[in-house]
Amino acid sequence: MAEFSYQLVEEVAKELYIRALKKLPPDVKDALEKAYQKETNDTAKGIFKTILENIKVAEEENLLICQDTGLPIYFVTMGSKFPVDGARVVKALTKGAERATLEHPFRGSSTHALTRVNPQTSVGDGLPVIHWEFDEEASHLEILMVPKGSGSENMSAMNMFIPADGVKALKKYVLDRVIASGSKPCPPGIIGVGIGGTADLVTVLAKKAIVRPVGSVNPDPQLAQMEQELLKAINATGIGPMGLGGDTTTLAVHIESAYTHITQNPIAVNTQCWPARRARAKIYPDGNVEYGF
Amino acid sequence: MAHHNLATPLSEEAVRQLKVRDTVTVNGHIFGIRDATQIRMFDEKQVPPVDLKGAICLHTAPSLKKVGDKWEKICVGTTTSIRMERFTPPLIEKYGVRAIVGKSGLLEGSLEAMKKFGACYLAIVGGAAALETQQIEEVEEVYWEDLHPEAIYKFRVKDFGPLIVAMDSHGNHLYFDVYSQAKQKLPEIYGELGVA
Repeated sequence: MAEFSYQLVEEVAKELYIRALKKLPPDVKDALEKAYQKETNDTAKGIFKTILENIKVAEEENLLICQDTGLPIYFVTMGSKFPVDGARVVKALTKGAERATLEHPFRGSSTHALTRVNPQTSVGDGLPVIHWEFDEEASHLEILMVPKGSGSENMSAMNMFIPADGVKALKKYVLDRVIASGSKPCPPGIIGVGIGGTADLVTVLAKKAIVRPVGSVNPDPQLAQMEQELLKAINATGIGPMGLGGDTTTLAVHIESAYTHITQNPIAVNTQCWPARRARAKIYPDGNVEYGF
Repeated sequence: MAHHNLATPLSEEAVRQLKVRDTVTVNGHIFGIRDATQIRMFDEKQVPPVDLKGAICLHTAPSLKKVGDKWEKICVGTTTSIRMERFTPPLIEKYGVRAIVGKSGLLEGSLEAMKKFGACYLAIVGGAAALETQQIEEVEEVYWEDLHPEAIYKFRVKDFGPLIVAMDSHGNHLYFDVYSQAKQKLPEIYGELGVA
């Protein structure tokens, strides 16, 4: 087998960033189309019409869906049957995200946390965000790219409840967060919820929840039921698209969970906007690349 | 819910006829401004080199590229307005701005100024930057270029919209209405969810 090309990973990382910014996944488009069809509020119906037209124009004219090209997040799944050099993958993803920004070009949003200096590269210390996963059966490298805009990310929150607060507190927390966020996260998108784990893990779980396709259901029936209950409750608020009133305030609620400590009851909410952007690629050892969502 | 075709600059009369939930399409010019622009105007007390009387201002940090002397658009979208709340009443009172285009709305101070001086808030669909970019025909001028991407941009627009009147000059605030209706429903929703 020829030596695996990390240059290819860089090209894929660049390509995925640009693809994600221009074409929404079919599950998100379908959910927005359905929301438009069933909307009964005239203002909201008009907003959905604009959203659908914007998606179409971006695809046809090769334009960015939204000007906020976000911070780049990569979820990497390494297959045990195709082990790669993680350090070189990190370098390739970083370079790919930077090249997307400079070569497309589009506005870079990464900024030094104190000096606020923006290198216009979308990367910097600690960026891109990279989450690693492993698959014993896979013989390819999978990369999922998520550009995360600030309007929605700024509405994220986490809280450490105590066990005595129960599940009730968790449900109420999610609903209250959505109401407090109102129009700011460009609803209707996806409400990602993390339950359990530690303070760091619970926020990662919430992020994993927003990258699940709309229509996917948590395999745990108890969590699946909670997803449905929260979806119904959130849409009953009438906050609607862009917070201007309507039947659909969120397209989906996704919950991901982990075991936690006997004294802990953590929750995190990660909010995704209606342009719930993501792009995926599978890289095979022979250099073949399969693109998808 | 009426639809209005507005040409810029806006008169007080044109703004006073707008009611929340009405929709608006704009032809003419729109000025892009943002946080840094208004920090210079109001905190550093510098007067912008362009007349904003009757203007429509858009909260944006556009992606543009300069080709020779000319600025070309890459992507123009709209940012969250609330960060610019404290600048908006003086923008309306001192400079005569008649409309703000943004997302997520502004607060009571701006609403009061809109009522007193005849101005409004026009909500754009956040995230829909592809359409917005297409509706901007040309970046005619950039003032305070050193602040780019938060300079002052004079955009010539064609059929810009539809925008939704979310705060009118009669004291109506659509975001507040939607929020208070959600609050009213909340006890029932809590009950249904079993968290009351």
